[in-house]
Amino acid sequence: MNTAITCDNLTKRFGSITAVSDVSFSVERGAIFGFLGPNGSGKSTVIRILCGLLAPTSGEAYLDGIDVVAHPDDVKPRIGYMSQQFSLYRDLTVEENLDFYGSIYGLDRERLADRKDAVMSIVAITDRRNQRAGTLSGGWKQRLALACALIHEPGIIFLDEPTAGIDPVARRYLWDLLFELSLRGVTLFVTTHYMDEAERCTDVGYIYLSKLIALGKPSDLKLLPDVNPKDTYRLEIVPDDPTRALHAARDIPGVRSSTFFGESIHLLVDRAVTAADLERALTGHGIEVVRINEMGPTLEDVFVTLTEKQEARGV
Amino acid sequence: MFRGLWSVTKKEFIHVRRDPITIFIGLMIPMVQLAILGYALDTDIKHIRTAVYDLDHRAASTELIDKFEATQYYDVVEYVNSDDALRQAIVDGRAHVGIKIPPDYSERIGRGEDARVLVLVDGSDSQMAFRAQSTAVSLGLQLSIRRVNSTHLSSPPIDIRPRTLFNPNMRSANFMVPGLLGVIMQLVTVMLTALAIVREKENGTLEQLLVTPVGRLGLMIGKLVPYAVIGILETALVLFVMWAIFAVPINGSLLLLWALIPIFLFAGLGLGLLISTFARNQPQAFQLSFLVILPSVLLSGFFFPREAMPRIIYPVTTIIPVTYFLEILRGIILRGAGWPELWRQSLILLGMGVAILAVAAARFQKRLG
Repeated sequence: MNTAITCDNLTKRFGSITAVSDVSFSVERGAIFGFLGPNGSGKSTVIRILCGLLAPTSGEAYLDGIDVVAHPDDVKPRIGYMSQQFSLYRDLTVEENLDFYGSIYGLDRERLADRKDAVMSIVAITDRRNQRAGTLSGGWKQRLALACALIHEPGIIFLDEPTAGIDPVARRYLWDLLFELSLRGVTLFVTTHYMDEAERCTDVGYIYLSKLIALGKPSDLKLLPDVNPKDTYRLEIVPDDPTRALHAARDIPGVRSSTFFGESIHLLVDRAVTAADLERALTGHGIEVVRINEMGPTLEDVFVTLTEKQEARGV
Repeated sequence: MFRGLWSVTKKEFIHVRRDPITIFIGLMIPMVQLAILGYALDTDIKHIRTAVYDLDHRAASTELIDKFEATQYYDVVEYVNSDDALRQAIVDGRAHVGIKIPPDYSERIGRGEDARVLVLVDGSDSQMAFRAQSTAVSLGLQLSIRRVNSTHLSSPPIDIRPRTLFNPNMRSANFMVPGLLGVIMQLVTVMLTALAIVREKENGTLEQLLVTPVGRLGLMIGKLVPYAVIGILETALVLFVMWAIFAVPINGSLLLLWALIPIFLFAGLGLGLLISTFARNQPQAFQLSFLVILPSVLLSGFFFPREAMPRIIYPVTTIIPVTYFLEILRGIILRGAGWPELWRQSLILLGMGVAILAVAAARFQKRLG
């Protein structure tokens, strides 16, 4: 049994609204599964079903091969959950929060003490064990939340936008922790809005308007034919003025799409048009091209392309 | 089912210890209410400020003024010299009663004729006005009878002697404080329970808990136990203050009282739990709590006798748990009533408590699922 999470044709309706529509996927043990999608697309609903907080309208979900709907109580001790909003007790200290969650999971005194030391050292919060949780800064709160989610040594951890609103240093630290956990065989199910975080995942799923429209390893998704239309290639151009360059590029024949990417612009171009042709055309518009090079699609390109395709299908 | 009960209870007590709002509601509000309603809001109206316009100024009129003061209901605070000044004293609020004694008062008394004394009463406070008026009239009657007696009869033909049972001095503290016990208990249990549960909802901690294997009943009971304990401690405290400071004796069985207190606790905790299933945040929980608490203060017979309420309102008073608890409290504490007199109220209260708690628990469990 090497799959940690399995969803089979999961559907959830709230009255006339379908929040999750026929979603199927599975996650290998030890994987970091990045679950992406715009707000309101059904991400949280899937997590809530997997955690046993919601019953699906139809379909099945298994964690470690156990039916979540039929045996929620057998599943709960195996999972950890870190919600988007800080949801620990602010008036309790770091240690009291850990004590509380540990005792809920039925850890005896000795094991609780061991686990507390272990998780506090994993997230390096031991020095603040007597600090009230409410007085911790954003990054430290996330560390504590992760520590609480780890207290009972779960095999699967669900993290709902764990890095929303925390500073870049804390964000990187948290991801380092997640990699470390994944190396120890813990399966991580992470939702995020950050594309760079998605790139770090071993597998990703993209949910749009309640349907799962992309699923696979980032490298595989980038090779999808939809993302790489026949007889096209992608160019990254660093111009002196990206705004003017973007508008100019859109008028150049053979450019199928163009988008900003920081200081650069990304173009999807017909094979018939060479990089030199484009540089010449841009210079003709009075734009200086600092750098131009061919590139593969990013995950963002993947999701944008698949979303457009889904919309074109007439949703 | 009950998994995590002890953990939740223990955690809840830490919250109670650290949350200023809980301490405020649990300790400050009851004490302030006790002080205000027990002392300041004394419904025994005495020492009403009185202005006197005495045109007679002789022994008879002075004696009359002394008689007024001797009732303890009137305190003469000033003497005035005109009708206008007498009126103005009342308008200004310096006095609530004005007494005008005519210039021929002594002569008329001496001659055995009828003497007229004008008593002006400030009607802006109806209770006080009623008291001032009735006391003045009965004082007049009493003095008249005495004069008639001394000349003709040996004793008045009809002698009505009212005697108030159970609270012989008609102290309002005796009436108020036992009632207050019920009101405070309800306030503390309803509000604290509702707030404590809604807080978990608001902070997302409830959802976090539901991902853990905590038992639904363990969670619910664990959340209720601390507030039941606070309710009981509070009751003990108020009972002690009632006995030690307000000197209200407990005429009935303290054992029966303590046996019936937990019954009321069910209703309070149940109402709090019920409110928590409707309120999304703490301000809503506050408002809903007041929605429950206000009618139970006004309509339970705590302030106003239920018998005096309009016919449309009266049925409402019968579905308020506090109504029955007040009957039990006043019954045991003031009248020395026992189980034979109170079993009906006790059973109704128990039924209500169990029903409220059952509905609340069902709603709570359903919302968790």
